[in-house]
Amino acid sequence: MKIRSIPTWLRAVVFFLVVGVVIQLAFSRGWLTEYWQQIIMLSSILAISALGLNMKYGYAGLFAIGHAAFYGIGAYSSALVTKDWTTQWSGSPVGALAGLVGIEVGFVAAVVTISVLDIGHRRRALRERLEEIVSPFEASVLTTTLTVLVAGAILVVVGGGVGWLARQAVLAALPPLFGGLPAAVSEQLVFLIALIAGSVLAALIGFVVGLPLLNLTYDYLCIATLGFGIITYVFFNNADQLIPTMKGARGMVAIPRLTTWPWILGIFAVALVVMRNLIYSSTGRAILATRDDLTAADTMGINTYQYKILAYSVGCAFAGLAGGLYAHLYAFLHPSNFTWLKSVDPFVMVVFGGVGSMTGTILGAFSFVTLLEGLRVLPAELIEWRYVIYPVILLFVMLFRPQGIMGTNEWGFLKRPKVEGKKPAAGAAATSEVTPSEQPASASDN
Amino acid sequence: MKDKVIKLLLRALSWGILALLAGVLVRVIGGVIVRDPIIFVQQALNGLQLGFMYAMIAVGYTLVYGVVKLINFAYGDIFMIGAFVSFFGITQYGFSFVPALLLATVACIFLAVIIDRVAYKPLRDAPRIAALITALGMSIFLEYFTALEFVFSPDYIAFERPFELVTWEVGGVTFTNIQLIVAGVSILYFMGVQYIVGRTKIGKAMRASAFDKPTARLMGINVNAVIGATFALTGALAGTAAMLYATAYPQIWTFMGLQPGLKAFVAAVIGGIGSIPGAFVGSLIMGFTEAMTVGFVPMGSTLKDGVAFLLLIVMLLIKPTGIFGDPFEEIK
Repeated sequence: MKIRSIPTWLRAVVFFLVVGVVIQLAFSRGWLTEYWQQIIMLSSILAISALGLNMKYGYAGLFAIGHAAFYGIGAYSSALVTKDWTTQWSGSPVGALAGLVGIEVGFVAAVVTISVLDIGHRRRALRERLEEIVSPFEASVLTTTLTVLVAGAILVVVGGGVGWLARQAVLAALPPLFGGLPAAVSEQLVFLIALIAGSVLAALIGFVVGLPLLNLTYDYLCIATLGFGIITYVFFNNADQLIPTMKGARGMVAIPRLTTWPWILGIFAVALVVMRNLIYSSTGRAILATRDDLTAADTMGINTYQYKILAYSVGCAFAGLAGGLYAHLYAFLHPSNFTWLKSVDPFVMVVFGGVGSMTGTILGAFSFVTLLEGLRVLPAELIEWRYVIYPVILLFVMLFRPQGIMGTNEWGFLKRPKVEGKKPAAGAAATSEVTPSEQPASASDN
Repeated sequence: MKDKVIKLLLRALSWGILALLAGVLVRVIGGVIVRDPIIFVQQALNGLQLGFMYAMIAVGYTLVYGVVKLINFAYGDIFMIGAFVSFFGITQYGFSFVPALLLATVACIFLAVIIDRVAYKPLRDAPRIAALITALGMSIFLEYFTALEFVFSPDYIAFERPFELVTWEVGGVTFTNIQLIVAGVSILYFMGVQYIVGRTKIGKAMRASAFDKPTARLMGINVNAVIGATFALTGALAGTAAMLYATAYPQIWTFMGLQPGLKAFVAAVIGGIGSIPGAFVGSLIMGFTEAMTVGFVPMGSTLKDGVAFLLLIVMLLIKPTGIFGDPFEEIK
């Protein structure tokens, strides 16, 4: 039986099971030292984050380097939630979670209201009508003021109201719900919810940031997102003014160590499958078209701005997810882990592995961490050379193979599924390789 | 008749809104001045000093961006190396101010040209993104390489001023001879760059190369030599700025180029990248904003980096081409 005839989803399941069980065995039997266990777990986490950047830069072509900011947002917010569950720093075990859910739900409600009311189009229509009466500048002042007022009112009334309701619901419903469960189970559940909440927060902030910035071309986008990264870093450094538990520049401590290998593997698998299926769907093709030729994509009726924002938010969500896992792996968070230089790390992974290749990104992440940690075997006086060597590698990759090691190639079940086309014309039949037996199962394609 | 009334009302409303915003702005700034006029003037002077320093770096960024369309991320690190070179000149060979300044300038010219030859020239025809990533890599390389123990070491080093600090006090406001030197040298360089780019043959070649490289090549301009000359000019700016920066804030370490470099670039974007007066004005605004944040916002010294970049994002939203930017440049 040819390997291509096995359904894709089955191959994916077998792959993750084999890898997961082998590494779990290696961990529990002590084949790997504690140190290498940490390296494998860290590489997988960074691979998730780098997949997010690959979505932004590799697939959507957005040269945005504020990735570490979203990694940090996910890390801090999920750590606040789980730390609340164990130490009750906010007074209630689910206080932080309720606040976070309230913000997210309220914000989504406000955005949905704004888009349902179709404020953008109404604004343009009003502006055109006003321009017949007064000068364009005066019209734009009037419409901008009105839009800001209306949007602000919606944000406060709808967002605030719905958010408050959501917060009260979480506060009222969760403690009795979790109270009936064994402590270990409820802790894991809270961890899962915290990861999701952190990731959603990162995606929403990515959405808000992307909304004004994604119309800029890449030099400007690069500098603007870099600016956002630095603003976030300043915020993390002073966060203890807002939330004392975050401890600002002293570093947040006593986060429960909940990240284990099964968690990482599970989330890694889900992230990878989601990304694969997204990128091979029609949405994914639209994102790729946006990257390849903005004008052509616009002409074909693709709303390029919308797809850029989508790709950017999804990339941020991945970063937030990875950040949550990271926070609970080391149980300590410090703002210096989220400076803009740290945004360059996932970039190196993507560029080194292959821009626009999931396989390449994962390989890039693993080789990056292994290289940096592996270079620790150097004698002590050469340790600092690690950070000298890696930009040199980056320079050489850029000079000699700018598309990265893998280019856009994929391995195994990450390959682009072959589409069942119409029967090829007689002349093309000889060159076509599409046969029904090579069809991957459509079950995993949607 | 009714139409006219509506028109008048709408116009009054729109100008009223603008007047309200302007009033709030004036009220805030005026309140600050009235509350403590001496601190305001003092901070304005400090801001100008910082701004003049940023201006020299920003002009370098804007020149390279104008000609090569590349954000030279390594520029802040060339600046850092200039500071270290002048430090060695002063401590090892007992150089006075002017020789140390010249030494740093010459060293930075060579470094800038070498970096262009090694890292950027092979990628001239590659996608712009490749050159941008290379610039980032170059920046990290310079930072961590110079942080090695046998190069410059990763420690903070106290910089010996080559001359005595003289302070004068006028009505409660103190200002120093360093401020005067910084402002003088910065303005001198600004005029020099304006002259070179605007009036000389090489400047004409730079402008032609910035406008259209293939056509410039057809007209017999050696574009690579012109780009080399541009990098040399920016190197001179970086070296001089570094020496002045280290004299004003006498502490050097291998990551010192990061923040001034980024902020100067942001200042160049605010002023309109590609425009030399724009870089100058943007830098002054940047330095002023930073000093005011430190002086008047609670916890301003920790928040100043955030405020500087907030300024950038607001500017990009309102007018992405910057204050002096070329409105015909393709942004979207």
